[in-house]
Amino acid sequence: MKLEIIVLLKQVPDTRNVSEALMTAEGLVNRNALPAIVNPQDLFALSEALSLKSRYPGSVVRLLTMGPPSAADVLREGLWRGADSAVLLSDRALGGADTLATSYALALAIRKMGMPDFIFCGHQSLDGDTAHVGPQVAEFLGVDQVTNCKGVSLLDQDKKELYAVQKRHAKQAMLSVAPPALVAFSGSSSWNDTYNAHALLTYKHAATKREQAMHPVLTPAQFESRPYLTIEQWDANDIGAEGHRIGLQGSPTRVVHTEAVSFTPKGGEQLTDSDADIAHLVDALTALNHG
Amino acid sequence: MNNVFVYCEIDGLNIPLVTYELLSEGRRLATALGVQLEAIAVGDGLKSKIEAQLVPYGVDRLCVVDEKHLHDYLTAPFADVVGEVLAAWKPQIALFPATFEGGDLAPRVAARLCTGLTAHCTRLAIADYTDPVTGETKHNLLHQVRPALGGNIEATILTPQTLPQMATVIPGSFVPQRVDEQYDCEIVYHAHEKTAKLSHTSLVSLEDGEQAGKNSLSEAKVVVCGGYGVGSEKNFRLLHELATAMGGEVAATRAAVDAGWAEREVQIGQTGHTIRPSLFIACGCSGALQFTSGMKDSATIVSINTDPDAPMNALADYVVIGRIEEIVPKMIQQYKEKK
Repeated sequence: MKLEIIVLLKQVPDTRNVSEALMTAEGLVNRNALPAIVNPQDLFALSEALSLKSRYPGSVVRLLTMGPPSAADVLREGLWRGADSAVLLSDRALGGADTLATSYALALAIRKMGMPDFIFCGHQSLDGDTAHVGPQVAEFLGVDQVTNCKGVSLLDQDKKELYAVQKRHAKQAMLSVAPPALVAFSGSSSWNDTYNAHALLTYKHAATKREQAMHPVLTPAQFESRPYLTIEQWDANDIGAEGHRIGLQGSPTRVVHTEAVSFTPKGGEQLTDSDADIAHLVDALTALNHG
Repeated sequence: MNNVFVYCEIDGLNIPLVTYELLSEGRRLATALGVQLEAIAVGDGLKSKIEAQLVPYGVDRLCVVDEKHLHDYLTAPFADVVGEVLAAWKPQIALFPATFEGGDLAPRVAARLCTGLTAHCTRLAIADYTDPVTGETKHNLLHQVRPALGGNIEATILTPQTLPQMATVIPGSFVPQRVDEQYDCEIVYHAHEKTAKLSHTSLVSLEDGEQAGKNSLSEAKVVVCGGYGVGSEKNFRLLHELATAMGGEVAATRAAVDAGWAEREVQIGQTGHTIRPSLFIACGCSGALQFTSGMKDSATIVSINTDPDAPMNALADYVVIGRIEEIVPKMIQQYKEKK
């Protein structure tokens, strides 16, 4: 029994700890100054895919991302953790897409890669934060979806059915999921943030054709003799996208106004970590009688 | 006439508050537009059990889909039902709750109808919009406001070309308001047949989660909340000690949950809980709007942070500058001595 899984990865600015230094004069976040990382929930989806792969040898985990050429970095991150191959979908015409236009393009790319048994992705991204792309990719592919999934295991080897745990607020649903289906994970990763040593050695120099042309270490001939090092790069034409359904033009939503959120300071009492200050704080809080 | 449409989430026969909030906001928008308010309720055993509860919020037309196979929420059949009714009724606005169910269903339906969806809205308004490029003015569009980019900005989003304009709305954003106990409503009972299409997924079981028995966060008087600035799992354990000493509960920011220090069930903010305890102690929380929207109405707020300029401090009644591992043990000590 071999499973075919495609994992969707997204490169995102790390908005988790935005400091003053990263704000522009207008009070907006300087996205370019934020470190670019793999969306944390996507990494969890990948770890779930890789653990199935290690349990069922011969299974194949492929990666797909859409973004600027620099998004090849997140594919390398995935290859170094143990994925088998990767596709970068990159085209200026795909830029400015909202979740609908993004999902349309991703669904076409998945079709071109060949429908897998399962598509795994993160439930939502740090920057967009909508949790739309999973369900919308599933809809465009006409497959079922499990969102907000905490984890999966294989239920039935013959039917390749997964057992999925889904959080529904205070409740927990157990679902059996037959392929083809999309699973969007919201698990908190307890996964070691390290690479797989063997995969890192194998895929250390993995690169798109464009990157290979100016690669500092390997020659074009060396890349040719090691085809697994090539990260496929596709544009909108390669996936057969209709022009009016991609990018800004294919996006039904428009951001028409943004406003920096300003706090009106409450002017709270300023304290230090001294024993006297902490004693004063606890006295004040106890006096409020919250218990 | 294109009306305003609300998806009424129903838990068994229990109607959650967010459904009334959405109906009330839907009623307000419908009145502003001079159109009707339509709503749909999907489930099992609903007939003559829920209509009288929903209609007084000003529903002009209610679609009830009452079928055995719709007892528990599953994406495929619910998306079929809601997609069908939206395609037939053609509302100009469709609102869903930003809950598990609404968040699972709305994007699927939006893709089916090839229309725009705005997630996690906190405010809605009707206004005109002039396209800066074409100069074309569209009248009475839905202006959808939501926090964006880690909560540092608020974005206003429109769906100018396609219908319906779809939005999910954060629970607690609007105030429920009954209009008339005898409100005149047309009730439509819509049948749905169980089909084999897209039935690859089935529900094995639906259980109360681990949190069900515990004192819930929304009822806690004192909440100790940890952010990414807590720095480590070890430091996070100190927060549990402090909460125990104070008789409170522990919560976390999304970054702390992503770091693996706390369960997602205790996450505060836009994609987690919205709470209003008497005392909220924010430890190492930077204060992103997506987080503060979930706690800013707490009666008393303490911010413990190494960064004197953290936005969180602006919301606090008491600001303590320093390290968690220095300050929290001192507080635990003090509270223990007071007992």
